Order: sequence, then C-alpha cells, then structure tokens
Amino acid sequence: MKLSELKKGDRAIIIKIDTDASLKARLVSFGVARGSEFSVEAYSVGNQTVEILVDGTLIGLRRSEAVDIEVEKI
Amino acid sequence: MDAIKIVLAGQPNVGKSMLINAMSGSNSLKVGNFSGVTVEKTELCFEHHCHMFEMVDLPGTYSIRGYSQDEKVAYDYLLNEEYDVIINVLDSTHLQRNLLLTLELLKLNKKMVLALNMADEAKKEGLEIDVKQLEAIIGVPVILVSANTKEGVEELLEKIHDIADSPHRDNSNIIYSNPVEEEILALSTFFDERAFKLRDLSSREMAIRILFEDKDLYQELHSKPIMIELQPRIVASLEHIYTHHDSKNITDIKASEYIAIARGIRMETVTCHRKKGQKTLTKKIDDILLNKVVGIPIFLFFMWALFQLTFELGAVPMDLIDAGFGAFGEIVGAIIPHEGTKSLIVDGIIPGVGAVVMFLPNIIILYIGLALLETTGYMSRVAFMLDGFFHKFGLHGKSFIPLVTGFGCTVPAYMSTRTLKSEKDRLITLFILGFMSCGAKLPVYVLFAGAFFGAEQAGDILFIIYIAGALLGLVMAKILRIFVFKGEDEPFVMEMPKYRMPSLALIWHTVYSKAMGYLKKAGTFILAASMLIWFATAYPKQPILGAEYEVKIDQASGDEVKIASLKNELQLAELEGSYLGQIGKASEPFFAPLGFDWKMAVALETGLAAKEVVVSTLGVLYAVGDDVDEGNASLISALQANVSFASAMAFIVFVMIYLPCLAASMVFAKEAGGYRYLFYLFLFTTFVAWVLSFITYRILV
Ligand SMILES: Nc1nc2c(ncn2[C@@H]2O[C@H](COP(=O)(O)OP(=O)(O)OP(=O)(O)O)[C@@H](O)[C@H]2O)c(=O)[nH]1
Ligand SMILES: [Mg+2]
Repeated sequence: MKLSELKKGDRAIIIKIDTDASLKARLVSFGVARGSEFSVEAYSVGNQTVEILVDGTLIGLRRSEAVDIEVEKI
Repeated sequence: MDAIKIVLAGQPNVGKSMLINAMSGSNSLKVGNFSGVTVEKTELCFEHHCHMFEMVDLPGTYSIRGYSQDEKVAYDYLLNEEYDVIINVLDSTHLQRNLLLTLELLKLNKKMVLALNMADEAKKEGLEIDVKQLEAIIGVPVILVSANTKEGVEELLEKIHDIADSPHRDNSNIIYSNPVEEEILALSTFFDERAFKLRDLSSREMAIRILFEDKDLYQELHSKPIMIELQPRIVASLEHIYTHHDSKNITDIKASEYIAIARGIRMETVTCHRKKGQKTLTKKIDDILLNKVVGIPIFLFFMWALFQLTFELGAVPMDLIDAGFGAFGEIVGAIIPHEGTKSLIVDGIIPGVGAVVMFLPNIIILYIGLALLETTGYMSRVAFMLDGFFHKFGLHGKSFIPLVTGFGCTVPAYMSTRTLKSEKDRLITLFILGFMSCGAKLPVYVLFAGAFFGAEQAGDILFIIYIAGALLGLVMAKILRIFVFKGEDEPFVMEMPKYRMPSLALIWHTVYSKAMGYLKKAGTFILAASMLIWFATAYPKQPILGAEYEVKIDQASGDEVKIASLKNELQLAELEGSYLGQIGKASEPFFAPLGFDWKMAVALETGLAAKEVVVSTLGVLYAVGDDVDEGNASLISALQANVSFASAMAFIVFVMIYLPCLAASMVFAKEAGGYRYLFYLFLFTTFVAWVLSFITYRILV
C-alpha cells in the first residue's frame, strides 16, 4: 500500500521509493530508505502533509510525495 | 605561528553555530531551533592557548551533495577550500542519521574530529554512548560535548591542537555487508598483486570507490593500461552485488549499505536506558499544536496575542519616552540662543530621532515573540501545517520561514530564501516578502492605529494589518505563479526538530542585539536623515515671502487673532516653498487620488531609505508646523488634526505594500540575481500599493 493510505498511529516498513533521484537522495540522508521502519505521527488539515517518525527523527512530507512511497503495514 | 583553520560541518540544527559560540565565548552567531538558520559561511577568529583559531561556520547539510543553495555553499567549501581540520558536529540523540554524513565526510581524507553535541540531552534521554568504541570504528577522535552546558568544550579545543599537529589520520574500520566486502577484497588484492597505486589512495579505498562508481576515479583509470584487466573484474563484482541487493541501481545500493553501516555503528555504540513506548514531551506537545482541528487556530491565537501585547505593553513606556523627548526638546530649546541651531535640534533631530526611539518597546516585544517562534521549534510545525494552504497559492511550505523572518527584518528574510531549492519558489518568495511588514514599519502602524482607533482596538488593528499583508502576499504569489514563474513544484520534505526550551540567555542575546541595532540606527542613520530633512524644510530661505507677511502683520495693527493666523499662514507658506515642500508638491498629483497631502507624500518618499524615516519625517514636518501656537502637541494629535480617517487607512495600506528600504532592496537585487529584478519589484509594489490604497481611500471617504 501507499504511505498516504496509512492512518495516524500506524507503523509500517518502506518497500520502495518511487521518486526522482534528488528527492530519493534527500530522503536517504534523513534515514528514509527501503527497509526503514516508521510510524505516522500526524496529518495536517485535509491530509495535505503527513508527519512520520523514522528512528527518532520527525519528518514532514507532502501528500504528493507520500503517494510515491510503497509501504507495508506492520 | 599560523592560525589553525577549522571548519564545522554537520547536518542542520545539530548546534554548529551554538558550539562555535561556546568555544569562542561569544554570542555572535545566530542560533535557532530549525533547519537552515545559517545560510552562508561565517568566519570567526579567537585565541586559545596562544594559538589563533579561525572557525568557519557552514550552513548545515543533510548530505554532502547539497540539495538547496545554502547546502551547496557547504559542499563547495568542503571540497574546494583550504583548511586544516573539520569538526564534524553530530546530534548525539540522532546519531544514526548524522553518521550518514560522517561517512561521506570521511571520504574527503581530511583531518577530522567528531563532536557529539547535545550530550546534555542525550543524558536526559537515557542514552549512553561508547566514545572509545566509536573512535575505533571511525578512526578519528570523538568527543562528547554540549554547547548548552559547555561540558567537553575545553577538551574539544585541546583535541584540535593535537589533531592539527598530528601528521596524518588513522584509517577507519568501516565494514560493508558481506557480499560487498568480498568484492572489495577481490579488487584490492588485484591492485596489491600488481602493485598499482593512484594518488594516496589505499587499495581498499580504490576498490570501494570503483564499486560505488566514483566518476573522478573512473576518469583517471580510463587511460591506464590496467583498465583492460580491471574491467571484467568490475563487471563480475557488480553482478554479484546486484544479485545480493536485488537491485541494479548502484545509488540505491550505496544508500542502503550506508544506512546499514550507520545503524550498525549506532547499535554497537549506543545503549538506551529508557523504557520503550514512553511518550516523549515532543510527542505530547505535537498532539496539541499539530492537532488537525485546533492546530491552526492556536497558531493564529499566538499571533494575535503577540500583536495585542506589542501594542498594550509597548504603549506604557512609549508615552514616557515621548514625554521625555518633548521635555528634553524644551530644555534644549531654552538653552540654545542661536535661532538656526535651536531649530535644527528642536524641530529636526529631537522629533525625528524621538519618533523612532519611542517605538523601541513595541519593537522589543515583537522581537521577543519572533525569537520564541524561532528557538522553540514551533516554526517548522507551522510550516508543516501551512504547506497545504501555501501550496494552493503556489508557495512552498518552507517559505513560511523567510516570511516570518520578514516580520522582524526583510534583509535576513531575503537571505533565508536560500533554503528553498527551486529557483521559481525562491523568486516568488523574494517578490512577496516585502508584503510581510518588517519591524521598522511597526512604528507607522502603531502611530496610526493609536491615532485613529481606541486603545482597545489598536492591538486588533495591528494583527489585522499583519495578517492582511500576509494574505495579500499569498494572493500575489498565486498571480506570479500563474503568469510569471510557471513551473513544477519542489517537494516538501522537512525535518521537525524536537521542542526545546530556549534558555533565557539565548533569547536575551537575540533580542538585545536587535534592539541595540535599532537604537544604533536611530542614533546614526535616522539622526542624519532627520538633519537632512530639517535642512530640506528650512531652506531655501524666503526673504520676499517673509517681508510680505511682515507688512501684513504690521497692517493688522495689534489684532491678536489675525496676527496669529497670519504667522501660521507664513509658516505653512515657508514650508511649502522649502526644498522638501517643492518635492512634496511635485509628487502631490501622484498621491492626491489616494487622499495624501504633500507631507504624507514626502514621508513615503523618504521612507524609501528606511521605513523608520517615515515616522521621523512626519515628526519633523509636524513639529515645524506647530511650534507657534500650541507648543508641543504630540505627533499623534497632530495627525488626528491634519489627516482624515480615509487618508490614514490608505496610507497604512501604501506603507504595507510599497518597496522595502534601501538596504533590503540591495539585498533583494543580489538574491534575485540582478538589478533588473529590483526594477520589476519597484514597478510591481508601487502599482499594487497605489491601486489598493486608491480603493481603500475611495471606499472610506
Ligand atoms: N540541549 C542542547 N541544545 C543545543 C545544544 N547545542 C545546540 N542546541 C540547540 O539546538 C538548536 C540548533 O542550534 P544551532 O546552533 O542553530 O544549529 P546549527 O547546526 O547551526 O543549525 P543550522 O545553521 O540550521 O545548520 C538550537 O535551538 C540550540 O539551542 C546542546 O548542546 N544542548
Ligand atoms: Mg547554524
């Protein structure tokens, strides 16, 4: 499923990141890559942005990026 | 002895700037709790044990290949400049992520030391770090420090001496996954057997670089005969690695290798003594402040409260300062015999500078509010909440940071747009930044809000003015996005820092330095401007006019009322005939449809130099006009008497929108990439300001 389909409080693991190289590199430098475990911490109004927690770091993402990230719920 | 040049590199918001402040014992570098506080390299020198240390603070960078403009600064510096030692600053509480950058920095082959900052926080969170073990793995000295409590800072400084003196660096013992290690071994044995050397690279290092497709190395190897034998081996090695990773993308493979290494190092060196599943403080606060329903209303409430306080609290000392300057003027006026000098001081300098200094309390409160926003960690949250909204208007959520900075001063705000990656986002943000009213415009608003609204409403009016400016900025951003800067969006990925309780010292220094800056400006630039304005109102002398009135006054022969009104008339005529009056009169037609008289027109024009000058010009102009009859009526009552409500509102609108001050305009031209943009900005803002003021005036009149 897609990251954007998760609910607040869900935990999941990243299967695939399907974005352009520069965004992927940026995510990697945040520690977000294939195999990373994370939890969904918050959504903003209208689910425009989502906040995830990856090994202690809180990261805000836009919905349009979240749909490009394939995850598996755990 | 030569100075040791030390460069601080690390991910954003790990405390690099604060660490330099701690090491040098100064407070000169700006510190804030969000990514992208430092946007350009800053140098600082100080002495330690009879050695000059030259410290270079770089913008934080998540990975060495920068993403946004400020990160490129760091990249270019690290690669191309001369320096002796790198201090790689890490956040002890986020070691794994921070180590990713460390792994890249190690490749630079420079002398390096790891400063594990935030030791105090790590302790509080129950983290214990095995420094010796970490040193053994990375191969460079590691020191636990806290820029906050200053523990370990002295040790770090000592260490820098040692490292600078040592001839070389130890090798690191970083282990890749098994298949990669096997191939590294195969390739390095191959190099060893042929005794092949390149630069100062070890065989292992060469093998690693080849496997991870280091372009420079390939270029160098290309012309070497060894390439013929090497090529098939590389292909076989890569094939093996591909199968293992189930991917043919070497960048992805490298990323997951690095993440695995960083994770491995963390697991080997960090022990956590805290129970799992405990809610952190940050989480608890976020549950309220990031709440879907109340999150944005809470933010608006904070802003409203800030402007309320700015007006209410600021009003108390303001009246005292105003009265103080008035009394001072009278005393000075009584002492000085020479008519011209007296007028210069009493009608020029004192009202001009006084009108600016009077608003210092308001400015201080505004700065405290902004400093809290910057240092607590709330800023990034608001950017997160507003991104969806901003995005609809063609802006990036991150633009929020420059926009809020713009409420303080537009100059640093222009610079902080460098954290935006896309050039279009940057330009749009630059163009609308002027709509965020800077601190220097606050005096104009406080003055007019105080003069035309009751004290209970004035705070709300301030809030409305600032919000209206921001909303207008959004609308303009949308228009610019549709018609001028078309193009695709930059993704929004942003780190949310932990909430931190800012220390009193930090807030104090941030606000103190800005307040001193404001006063200094009042004492120098504004002082000079006030004198200039006074000269422009007092000259040229008009003897013919004076003589004419002399005769008229004589003719009035003792009729007190008539004489007083004649004197008043003379004063006005003289003012209108002065240089400033001529300028004002010349531009009056342009401003007349907006309901501005020539004095307001002149105030706007001199305000192009600096926004504080708007109030000082009004101060001087109305001081010159009224010292005959009423004595020292304050500027507020002078405005009430001379300006209509509709004109006043139109004036506020114009000030809100038109071109920022000279200093900011220069920075704008530099950041946007040319004076041509400044010209566009001038046209754009003047047009919008004129049209909206016109509408305001017509509706209210
Ligand atoms: N508790 C604690 N907080 C710290 C320490 N060092 C820095 N901070 C806080 O961390 C935040 C970031 O500090 P900065 O010095 O601005 O970080 P920076 O690395 O220069 O950030 P950029 O310029 O954005 O790259 C601030 O809120 C500091 O108060 C520390 O040792 N302990
Ligand atoms: Mg900094």
